[in-house]
Amino acid sequence: MSTSTQTAAVAEAAGAKGKGRGKLSEGARAERRLGWLLCAPAVVIMIAVTAYPIGYAVYLSLQKYNLAFPNAVKFVGLSNYGAVLSSPYWWQAFKVTIIIMVVSVAIEFVLGMLLALLMYRTLLGRGTVRTSALIPYGIVTIAAAYSWQFAWTPSTGYLSALFNNSAPLSSTVSSLGVIILAEVWKTTPFVALLLLAGLSLVPEDLQKAAKVDGATAWQRFTRITLPLMKPAILVALLFRTLDAFRIFDNIYILTDGGNGTGSVSVLGYDNLFNALNLGIGSAISILIFICVAIIAVLFIKGFGTAAPGSNLLK
Amino acid sequence: MAAITNGKQKLGWGAANTLVVVIVAIPVLWIVSLSFKTASAITDPSFWPAHWTLANYTGILQSSQFIRPLINSIGIGLIATVIAVLFASMAAYAVARLAFPGKSVLIGMALLIAMFPAISLVTPMFNIERALGLFNTWFGLIIPYVAFGLPLGIYILAAFFREIPWELEKAAKMDGATPFQAFTKVIAPLAAPGMVTTAILVFLFCWNEFLFAISFTSTISSRTAPAALAFFSGSSQFSSPTGPISAAAVVITIPIIIFVMIFQRRIVAGLTSGAVKG
Repeated sequence: MSTSTQTAAVAEAAGAKGKGRGKLSEGARAERRLGWLLCAPAVVIMIAVTAYPIGYAVYLSLQKYNLAFPNAVKFVGLSNYGAVLSSPYWWQAFKVTIIIMVVSVAIEFVLGMLLALLMYRTLLGRGTVRTSALIPYGIVTIAAAYSWQFAWTPSTGYLSALFNNSAPLSSTVSSLGVIILAEVWKTTPFVALLLLAGLSLVPEDLQKAAKVDGATAWQRFTRITLPLMKPAILVALLFRTLDAFRIFDNIYILTDGGNGTGSVSVLGYDNLFNALNLGIGSAISILIFICVAIIAVLFIKGFGTAAPGSNLLK
Repeated sequence: MAAITNGKQKLGWGAANTLVVVIVAIPVLWIVSLSFKTASAITDPSFWPAHWTLANYTGILQSSQFIRPLINSIGIGLIATVIAVLFASMAAYAVARLAFPGKSVLIGMALLIAMFPAISLVTPMFNIERALGLFNTWFGLIIPYVAFGLPLGIYILAAFFREIPWELEKAAKMDGATPFQAFTKVIAPLAAPGMVTTAILVFLFCWNEFLFAISFTSTISSRTAPAALAFFSGSSQFSSPTGPISAAAVVITIPIIIFVMIFQRRIVAGLTSGAVKG
């Protein structure tokens, strides 16, 4: 019934709007004011912590500004961007980030789907699987990263010993493998839970009808389950893709960006705290922001009207 | 629900379940095992320690390098959670119950912030926090944590508040309750589960956060536990900090695992609400 009071309120507001701007009823105007007032603290904090610093980063990125030489600040136009985009470090970090993003999200999606089907199908031990699947989600990323790092350290780790005392964290490709392993272990349960929620929206009757009509299990999965799960799949992929693009914690602990395994986030961090270069660091910040914006826009286009949160406006 | 028809199938699903539990458990058990190994046995790659010792735990629990960050983590997490839940509840109530222009802007803004790359803020915020005297203080972390907790809170709570039967409030008033009583006795108990779910997820986020924690702090006076772990060093320059790091990792992880198990239903509901109902 809450919806009916709400639609009544909306209709009232819309009706009032139809009569012209100044003629809002006293009640509708009070409701507007209350709405804005209630949202104000959240909006102020969100803007203060994101929009304002990003604007400030744009300004900083146009300056030559190194904390080691705080008196030598001067306007240099777009040359910081030129310096970043012509640097092999940026492109190496960019390549590493994209590889980690694509490979880990692909694996997480497949494993997450299998885990979701497992959680959905099994009556026996359903609670146990769900409980244990939540452990990687809840565990502090840094703690899990140390567990993986120690496990792969020669003469300390059981995994290293298992694989002939190998030292995968000492070369680029195998380091990336360990980073992706740590990422997949930590986040597959999150993907599985989102997919499970989508899976439970697929009507059982439809499955049964298709089965009666002779569809195989695979046909039912690809023709019925997957299309009906599209919104859930897109949400899971959107959040995981953006998360994977922002990868920092696991790399910082596992390799600290050594052997050319640093992501763009590690590059940005190192630039600030090792090179103390605010100008270049800000240019990197803005470039990462643009990359994330492009990924997000591509996904949101894929959503159409089913973008996350749209249900809150209905 | 497809019924499990025969014993063979049952066995198959059971095996798959067991596999999941094992994969999840091994990295956790490994760090627990390491935390009980003696300093000299750290270079023994066997999975379980030959001799169990509590030395790593007594070491870190007597060290201010760990205790102080643990207190910071709890304090910063709790304050950020309370503020985020309060502000998110206000905004979510407005989204769920009131008609006002700009609602879709708010929802869009929350979505944008949920997708925001944290690293993009590190460089400018570092400079802003230094200028405002927030660098290396609790509030230097609480403010960004609140900002990143809000979108999650607004989404979960707005979805939740829409489901509350608000006419009960009217009914209570008709029965003679004051507006305050109607709120505290009728609406608040109905809204509490959604707020608890939000609080859990925001607290987990704060407890886990690492990038801001190492960027906006410089000493243990405000460094949180995950950040402090990364700065651990051995008791002498020749002893590796593997044991102490493992023990500290266990101390900050085990309470969270227990917490997640107790509140698993709420966490699952919170993670999936708003996202897929579309």
